[in-house]
Amino acid sequence: MGMVDAEAIVKELRETYSSGKTKKYEWRVSQLKALLKIAENHEKEIVDALYSDLSKPELESFIHEISMVKTSCKHALKGLKQWMKPEKAKATITSFPSSAEIVPEPLGVVLVISAWNYPFLLSLDPVIGAIAAGNAVVLKPSEIAPATSSVLAKLLGQYVDVTAIRVVEGAVPETTALLEQKWDKIFYTGNGKIGRIVLAAATKHLTPVVLELGGKSPVVVDSNINFKVAVRRIISGKWGCNNGQACVAPDYIITAKDNVPKLLDSMKHELEKFYGKDPLNSGDLSRIVNANHFRRLSNLLDDTKVIDKVVHGGQRDENNLKIAPTILLDVPHDSLIMKEEIFGPLLPIITVNKVEDSIHFINAREKPLAAYLFTSNKKLEEEFVMNISAGGLVINDVTLHVANSSLPFGGVGESGMGSYHGRFSFDTFSHKKAVLHRNFSGDAPQRYPPYTPSKARFLKALLNGDILGLIRALIGW
Amino acid sequence: MDGVHEDVLGELRKTFSSGRTRGVTWRKAQLQGILKLLVEKEEEIFEALKQDLGKHPVESFRDEVGVVKKSATNALRCVEKWMAPQKGRMPLVFFPARGAVVSEPLGVVLIFASWNFPISLALDPVIGAISAGNTIVLKPSDLAPKCSSFLVNTIPLYLDPEAIKVVEGGKEVAEQLLQLKWDKIFFTGSPQVGRLIMSAAAKHLTPVTLELGGKCPTIFDTLSNSSDLQVAVKRVAGGKWGSCNGQACIGIDYVLVETQFAPVLIELLKKYIKKFHGENLKTLKNLARIVNKHHFDRVHNLLKDPKVAAAVVYGGSVDEKNMAIEPTILLNPPLDADIMTEEIFGPLLPIITLNNIEESIQFINSRPKPLAIYAFTKNESLKEKILQETSSGSLTFNDAVIQFICDILPFGGVGQSGHGRYHGKYSFDTFSHEKAVLHRSFLIELEPRYPPWNDFKMEFVSLAYDYNYVGLILLLLGLRRIFRTNRRQ
Repeated sequence: MGMVDAEAIVKELRETYSSGKTKKYEWRVSQLKALLKIAENHEKEIVDALYSDLSKPELESFIHEISMVKTSCKHALKGLKQWMKPEKAKATITSFPSSAEIVPEPLGVVLVISAWNYPFLLSLDPVIGAIAAGNAVVLKPSEIAPATSSVLAKLLGQYVDVTAIRVVEGAVPETTALLEQKWDKIFYTGNGKIGRIVLAAATKHLTPVVLELGGKSPVVVDSNINFKVAVRRIISGKWGCNNGQACVAPDYIITAKDNVPKLLDSMKHELEKFYGKDPLNSGDLSRIVNANHFRRLSNLLDDTKVIDKVVHGGQRDENNLKIAPTILLDVPHDSLIMKEEIFGPLLPIITVNKVEDSIHFINAREKPLAAYLFTSNKKLEEEFVMNISAGGLVINDVTLHVANSSLPFGGVGESGMGSYHGRFSFDTFSHKKAVLHRNFSGDAPQRYPPYTPSKARFLKALLNGDILGLIRALIGW
Repeated sequence: MDGVHEDVLGELRKTFSSGRTRGVTWRKAQLQGILKLLVEKEEEIFEALKQDLGKHPVESFRDEVGVVKKSATNALRCVEKWMAPQKGRMPLVFFPARGAVVSEPLGVVLIFASWNFPISLALDPVIGAISAGNTIVLKPSDLAPKCSSFLVNTIPLYLDPEAIKVVEGGKEVAEQLLQLKWDKIFFTGSPQVGRLIMSAAAKHLTPVTLELGGKCPTIFDTLSNSSDLQVAVKRVAGGKWGSCNGQACIGIDYVLVETQFAPVLIELLKKYIKKFHGENLKTLKNLARIVNKHHFDRVHNLLKDPKVAAAVVYGGSVDEKNMAIEPTILLNPPLDADIMTEEIFGPLLPIITLNNIEESIQFINSRPKPLAIYAFTKNESLKEKILQETSSGSLTFNDAVIQFICDILPFGGVGQSGHGRYHGKYSFDTFSHEKAVLHRSFLIELEPRYPPWNDFKMEFVSLAYDYNYVGLILLLLGLRRIFRTNRRQ
């Protein structure tokens, strides 16, 4: 796709947006229902595409992608009327008599650039927010998950209003052409490197940007816990989420030294229960998305600093792009694996003298998208919540906050900016317009020149909301 | 120079890491410090504003000291409430769990203030940053030098000097500051500089709030009631010349009116200009002056275009020596002239006539989104149409500029007029990260969450996602037939 196409698409969508069609409640509902239908009617096709792109186990595709999209649609359909209602604001005495409200309005034509790891969910979830808020939207799925990209292009073309919602497939040149255009919002899911490029491109048109990035999300494991439950939860969040290729997947574990043997035993035991003795042939693990990423992960493992630190797993099958769940113990803090987001099935364990030290360890690094803590120590829990800055925190579980539409999902610092999910998605794609209604009575002459000392006194009382002072100023005390 | 700023940043980061600025006591003490500063230094502030901009003390109080006082008082009263975690509702499948949204400070933030309201546009965002528990560098505008030096000299006396710093300087200093990594940048100013800020921020993935301006239109419907008309025109005059002589981001830029009503409007505007600001250029009163030579020339140049000069129906005289420009009304200047394509930011008021006032919507929509739209009308259906069909940072009916002091309303632009918002609780939110926190216990464990996967687990999860609790119970009791069969694996 060339420059001209991108321009033409945006122009067409802008015309649709200007017609006012997308602002209507009925239009939004019909489009959300269409997305719901896609998820309901084409489950098999979507599951197959995800299998072809990532060998994603069917149940994972269902739980993490299709169901989440359905839940999001239903949630939006249920909440939409309420979300669209202007919010009444109490006007103050200063601007009395008046009434004030905050009216959500769509931003216009928005661009959603999604990622390959949850290519169905991360494409449609933001689109649901954009539609709910009444925008026209262009979705650019990731070319690294080509099967899902083409299923999205096909199905959206069949089900939704193509004069307002468009899928543009393609790689770098197409994305570049899209980024050249003027958007009213850009919503990007991916990594910090491209995030910076998106931000820089947005600068030209002063476009606000949401960046959903990742980071090294730590898991702190205390000693006084139910190890079996904790370990199973960690495994399901790490390897059970697209084999570690998830932005909220645990990146590394921090635990106290004397905790390691128990933790490690338990992990090995549960991993075998989940994925068998030969995990490379387990049908319950996704593969690595492509040869590039396989090489990237291999490099992390082959780093001379960590090569002797593997305590579990380590098997690789380059032909089938499979890497087994791999645990590394006590890797050097300056090794590549501890500097970059792993985004794959490798899990380093970092040891500290006492578990409290982990807070300092995390704070000395970039702010992650998520941070997890397993403990039954209330004091540690409180300290963790107060002192760890991350997109989201989960205590005694991992990744679950993502599935909860009453919590905002989004990063901070290096893990991104802006948030979405549930009502937050609607807000992300809306402008909250401040509306003040005044009438012509009750005009205070003190507002206008010529200025006098008594006007000054009146204004002071007025701005301070000081009713007594106001009365005094008015009767000339 | 660079090293100096890095040291400042390093010190602020150290203070932030110490956790001191997170406590409610620290935040309240700083807010009280601002209030104390405003009370004790009021005269000095008035003097600085008079020297920088020729503002009358009443105007200075109304637009600067008073506004900040009100903000600080409000923040002081509410900060504890704002800081309290908000509970999120958890669906039953998550049981037992509790979720909350915890607002936490972002870290070290950089605030660029602008010259037109050099005190309030500096301190108002600082109040938000303090309320949210951040450490701060404030960079006042060098175009209002007296206010800038007032801030740099006074703030350390009233606010925690290890957490809140004022850095003075011009473009070069701004550029050096922008090289560093901040956790948030808050900028008030022009779109041109806004773009520079955004691209510098992109390097460090720093979120930015841009408070810009734009051409704020006023839709002036034909008003038949004479007293309404008087009030409306007074408010237009106040909204144009009353706030820093038109040098305000939410000041009225131009007026849209029906052709046959324009003469009435112009006559009344003349009357109020004379009443408020005097009759001639030499004796202008109650008017802020143009900030500097550069801006004087810029505004003057707008008038020099012969087609524009021909459109002047009132005023138009300038005094180069004193950098004074008379309140000026223009009738239908060409729409492609600079005066109608650029933000005026000065005492010139173009009046554009339309056949029908409803055309104003199309007129506004064909231009970049403004920071504010004002509409004077009693026609409810027109109000609704404007509300639904135009887009702007804020929309005010039957008044102008006053929305700025309304703490309960978010203040900020959209599109070309900026992004992000502040005032009241919104200031706190602007400088906070809303952290999602989910607490779980080890008690109940749902086996179907874990591999190896099978049909039972598939069915279970699918019911759980639908919040179909009856179905779940039936399934667990073995009473629900598993209908999903023969799937892959």
